[in-house]
Amino acid sequence: MATTQVNPTRMELTRLKRKLVTALKGHKLLKDKRDELMRQFLDMVRENMTLRQQVEEGIRAANQNFVLASAVMNEPALQTALMAPKQSVTLDIAYKNVMSVEIPQFSYHTRTSNPHDIYSYGYGFTSADLDDAVKSLAEIFPQMLELAEKEKACQMMAAEIEKTRRRVNALEHVMIPDYQEKIKYITMKLDENERSTQIRLMKVKDMMIKERIEQSRAQA
Amino acid sequence: MANIAVIGERDSIYGFAALGLDTFFVQAEEEVRQCFHQLVGGGYGVIYITEAAASLISEEIEKIKMQAVPAVILIPGVWGNTGAGTANVKKSVEQAVGSDILFHN
Repeated sequence: MATTQVNPTRMELTRLKRKLVTALKGHKLLKDKRDELMRQFLDMVRENMTLRQQVEEGIRAANQNFVLASAVMNEPALQTALMAPKQSVTLDIAYKNVMSVEIPQFSYHTRTSNPHDIYSYGYGFTSADLDDAVKSLAEIFPQMLELAEKEKACQMMAAEIEKTRRRVNALEHVMIPDYQEKIKYITMKLDENERSTQIRLMKVKDMMIKERIEQSRAQA
Repeated sequence: MANIAVIGERDSIYGFAALGLDTFFVQAEEEVRQCFHQLVGGGYGVIYITEAAASLISEEIEKIKMQAVPAVILIPGVWGNTGAGTANVKKSVEQAVGSDILFHN
């Protein structure tokens, strides 16, 4: 596949050989990176799936409770009950480097430490179903956050794996064979040159000898 | 320091306000898009979005997948689970492995 022309010189040959060594080294490293990423990804994505199923189930249950609550209470009362939340959540984001993928890690803290602050309303005028609903949502929330972390990590790792795989394939099937082909071409060309020089020298020598013989014959 | 946002139809997400998350009620496609764009640059670490709302702006969500933050996570709405969330997980398996070898059912 020597589509591009190369100069059959020794300098070019050394340059190409050096490039081939680098490409082989890079190929090995990238392959290792891909394999390790894949291993971690498969573990992570399994966790992701189970978490997602849990969270979806939890949210479904919570929604059921909310529907119940809204059936018992009238709309304005429900809205005012949740209008001014007492609790607020802030998120701390740290980054973890997994095979050069920057994965975010979330940890949250609530503004107040009292777990009952999720009920932002007086109990007098609201239905108990609303309490249940809010409680079920609060229970699933830590898992929701974990899901966010895992799912984001999976998405980023999947993209990185795809990229790495492309690079590995490009090196393995295009770059490295190409270099090998060029190196072979140059060595063959150089050998050929060497042989032709040798033949020429031999011919010249033959001619010189013949000349000498004829000279000495003429003298005799 | 970052916040957590929830985007979706009012009935699906109004409960999250009680936990102290920022809720954004949206309905039409244009609203969802506008709201989403504001939140992406607005210092939010995690954005939960209902599957129904997410289906309207799937391209925008796809675009920020490689960004570390915010993490955009699909949640089922009050009208049931469309399966878009699990489909997303399967899609990332497909992207990484080439075909879905883990959850093919």
